[in-house]
Amino acid sequence: MNSTIYKRKFPLIIFLVPAFLFMAVFLYYPFIMNIINSISNISDLGAPANGMNQPWYQNYIRMFEDPLMATAVKNTLILMGATIVFQVGTALLLALLVDRIRKGSQFFRTVYFFPIVISATALGLLFNLVFLYNGGMLNQLRAAFGAAQYIDWKGEAHFMFTMLAPVMWQYVGFYFVIIVTGLNNISTEVYEAAELDGACCLKRVRYITLPLLRNVLCTCLVLAVTGALKVFDLPWVMMGAGIPMDKSWLTGTYMYNQTFLRHDVDYSSAIAIVIVVLGVVISKIANTVFKEKDY
Amino acid sequence: MKFENFDSRSKWKISRIMAYSVLAVWAFTTVYPFFWVIINSFRVRGEIRSDSFSIPWPWTDSFTLDNYTTAFERSDIFNAYANSLVISACVTLTVVILAGFAAYGMVRYRFKAQKLLYSVVIASMMFPVFSTIIPVFRMEFAWGIANTGKVPLSLLSVILPQIAGNLSFSIIVLMGFIRSLPVELEESAFLDGCSIFKIYFKIVLPVAKPSFATIAIFTFLWSYNDLFTQMFFLRYRDEHTVTMLLNEISSQAGVNYGLMAAAVVLVVVPVLIVYVCLQKNIIKGMTAGAIKG
Repeated sequence: MNSTIYKRKFPLIIFLVPAFLFMAVFLYYPFIMNIINSISNISDLGAPANGMNQPWYQNYIRMFEDPLMATAVKNTLILMGATIVFQVGTALLLALLVDRIRKGSQFFRTVYFFPIVISATALGLLFNLVFLYNGGMLNQLRAAFGAAQYIDWKGEAHFMFTMLAPVMWQYVGFYFVIIVTGLNNISTEVYEAAELDGACCLKRVRYITLPLLRNVLCTCLVLAVTGALKVFDLPWVMMGAGIPMDKSWLTGTYMYNQTFLRHDVDYSSAIAIVIVVLGVVISKIANTVFKEKDY
Repeated sequence: MKFENFDSRSKWKISRIMAYSVLAVWAFTTVYPFFWVIINSFRVRGEIRSDSFSIPWPWTDSFTLDNYTTAFERSDIFNAYANSLVISACVTLTVVILAGFAAYGMVRYRFKAQKLLYSVVIASMMFPVFSTIIPVFRMEFAWGIANTGKVPLSLLSVILPQIAGNLSFSIIVLMGFIRSLPVELEESAFLDGCSIFKIYFKIVLPVAKPSFATIAIFTFLWSYNDLFTQMFFLRYRDEHTVTMLLNEISSQAGVNYGLMAAAVVLVVVPVLIVYVCLQKNIIKGMTAGAIKG
């Protein structure tokens, strides 16, 4: 619509300039600077650049040779896969179940969503207590059922589970709410028609619900991929400096570590660029594989 | 459904019961950890590691308030609450004002760069904070805001990037809402002699209140919970926020697990209260933004 009262363009400047100025100064300019930083030689956070790196792509070569970076990328990809399978998968299962019941769906929605509003730092501490070696919740529970030995949840055998489970757990409710909203948009007539054709239960899910949910699931997938790259707080609080033995780094935590503990500003800028590139490439792939369709 | 025989009806019933039990199990996993940490924050030292599942009733020996007194003694928790509140309130207020303006302008006006600006908003949601934070720090350091050791300036150095980080989400949510408002109301107000700004404040703002509430809640929670930006900019003790304090207590507490539990409760309870009061707005706003984004 183009109302006549909005023909005079002067107020528009006042409406738009402040917000876009903020975005230009604090998002776009830093983003471009970050690309430049990644090829420059910077000794400390506050220090100016001492010219370019020789050769300029030095940091990117170094990244390929850095075994810890390889670990970080590998773990982040695992996190991404786990997010898609377990987070979106659990959310889908729960949403399909909630769709079948009449009473209490509002209650489940509220309860499932709750962990998302809690700070990941608090959740990290909470799960530190849950996974504690000597008398944590899980080990106490195991002892109560007669297990003779405590499990070292942050040891080499279990650290992946310990790191991933809380992240998965926290965001299930988010995808749950999105999928439930999508399910509510499917008209009951479709189901009634299916019932007349004799489609029941699992068949109904497989041939009607899932295809109609395709676009919603596609959104979830892209959110899951980009979300996995942004994960920082929970692993940082729980796993600290890559315990055990530098095995649990994620791209985000590794970058923070390079900036503050190693003061290697240009290298961590390069890592940040890789994080963005990974996000764009993988969400593009996800988008083409599960291309949105109009029905 | 008259074709139904007894067999399929009982089958339906069983599947309903199964649905409820699976849903209940997941609900249990989301609620119980919080319940567990709350009861253990009141438990005497030492018992947490041997007997953490029983409830420490106030009349038994297991009950104690020591963990809370220690938390208040060891750290300046009120100062941290104040810092968190100042940061989150400033960020929320600015985001609500600026995002409201921008969304209104983007929806109601037609201009050349409109499509481009819209993509600018969408694209900025893709930047992870990792990719901008170092240059922002260097820029603010050059301006003399960051890393000065002065509390107000340090808080400002966190507030500014957090505003920018929250704008795009808020603009998108608000645009969706303002677009659905009938423009006739604004036209008639214009005929009555209202200026555009008066129309915005007297008509658009009051009508769009629910969605403003949603973005305000979200921005506030996001800013309150954002450990990464806070850790980057706030280095000194008197600048600490609640989230950072929590992070610090956890590294100092050692084996004092009761103290850790109490610290978690102190951070979670304000959010819990806000959530229970406002959960409808929160869930609606979050999914609306996510789907459109």
